[in-house]
Amino acid sequence: MASPGSNEILLGPARPPRRAVLDWLLGLWGAGVATSILYPVLRYLIPPELPEAATQSANAGLASTLAPDSARLVPFGLAPMIVVRTAAGEYRAFAGTCTHLACTVQYRADLQHIWCACHNGHYDLNGRNISGPPPRPLEEYDVNVRDDQIVVSRRV
Amino acid sequence: MTTGQLRSWLEERVPVGDLTEALRHKTVPLHRHSAWYYFGGMTLFLFGIQVGTGALLLLYYRPSAAEAYESVRFIMTRVPFGWLVRSIHAWSANLMVATAFGHLFSVLFLHAYRRPREITWVSGLVLLMLTMAFGFTGYLLPWNQLSFFATRIGTDMAASLPLVGEFSVRLMRGGKEVTGATLTRLFGVHVAILPAAVTALIALHLFLVQRHGMSVPPSVEDESRRSGRPVASMPFWPHFVLHDLFGWTVALTLLAALSAYYPFELGLKADPFAPAPAGIRPEWYFLWIFQTLKYMPPSLFGLNGELVVIGVIGAAALVLLVFPFVLSERVRTFRIVSGMAVLALVYMTLMTIVGFVVSRPTP
Repeated sequence: MASPGSNEILLGPARPPRRAVLDWLLGLWGAGVATSILYPVLRYLIPPELPEAATQSANAGLASTLAPDSARLVPFGLAPMIVVRTAAGEYRAFAGTCTHLACTVQYRADLQHIWCACHNGHYDLNGRNISGPPPRPLEEYDVNVRDDQIVVSRRV
Repeated sequence: MTTGQLRSWLEERVPVGDLTEALRHKTVPLHRHSAWYYFGGMTLFLFGIQVGTGALLLLYYRPSAAEAYESVRFIMTRVPFGWLVRSIHAWSANLMVATAFGHLFSVLFLHAYRRPREITWVSGLVLLMLTMAFGFTGYLLPWNQLSFFATRIGTDMAASLPLVGEFSVRLMRGGKEVTGATLTRLFGVHVAILPAAVTALIALHLFLVQRHGMSVPPSVEDESRRSGRPVASMPFWPHFVLHDLFGWTVALTLLAALSAYYPFELGLKADPFAPAPAGIRPEWYFLWIFQTLKYMPPSLFGLNGELVVIGVIGAAALVLLVFPFVLSERVRTFRIVSGMAVLALVYMTLMTIVGFVVSRPTP
């Protein structure tokens, strides 16, 4: 089969070359306009980095108001953390974000361990994932009680 | 699958062939006043820019008295090209009001409002009012000093209305005073209610323009009747579309230049308990009303001065809305309409210039 181009050569150009050049210029102009709009828009869509000092420690309130066999959720930087006082009276702190799909966990006094309500994930009081979908343990923080203040810091 | 097959496959499922066929045969009248047709297309183009940049601004803007100013400052200083997006939105708003007014006056001077285009005229006039409402509601959103006091003045004008005055002010402010509640309210109007209303009206307006075709001015119609030659025309596709595209490019270039060389200011954050700064004035398209109010005595013929101004403007708007329905098709009436339009244009221009000169902030 002959290529479609060969007929055109025999019959002369289907379109005058001047029109082709103008079409090409119009296309070039269109591409230029499109690029000069798309580039700023794409850059705009990417949120700017906010300088944020990595949180090393946080205050978790008064020790005396946290009863044994209970817990409280407090901010650690921008994320929640859970501070547990065990039935034996020991203080423990973990990242409060479930390792499965980032729900915030809670303390279940009836089970005496940490539980995530979203997909029934269970963690023991060492932060280990013991049942349900969570793939990893919760990050554990160091707890110090000074003058009735619970101070939680990231492990180094 | 060849392109032809693909096209017929698509045509079977999205049957628009008769519409594109009609567009291919559509023509646009060509005469010495044709250039005035471009204002409408430019206004539509600028509305598109407003929708696009407005959507982008919504990604970072926070509509509360505590955070609005800071979020706009964040857009202007931290977000890449944020200054450009906000400046284009603000400049395009101003240009859009200007092209909409240009469109209104070209329709008046070319007498395009005549039967059967009265509904097109009414929808256009309502669109112009909604465009000004867009400007008024959007002005407050950065929550800066200038916009705060301009909104206080603008909403307070309604207080002089008999019977419904106090109620209208409460309705616009979302309370007795201009507060965060006003900001939330005007924000909702600006980004949801007005866009929905304007989009629906533009659809009607464009539908009518397509059905009736472009109007030919009476003078051109007369000449063609006398000479026996039909009015010249050019194909809508691609000739008129390419002309329109040129107009849009001019608008875009102007917009880019204004935004790059004169990024829109943010000013100082609004403080409800600070005195109004000197040289306060509304956006330029409200300036002629603002200036007229300044020259009004407190009472005129035993009536509240503000009420007289509002009454006159309201009556003028009403006359503008209904006059095409009652007009007789005579050369004399066209002359009267043109004369009135000239008078209005001169008055508005004069008052705007005076407003700029008089209310210039003193150093």
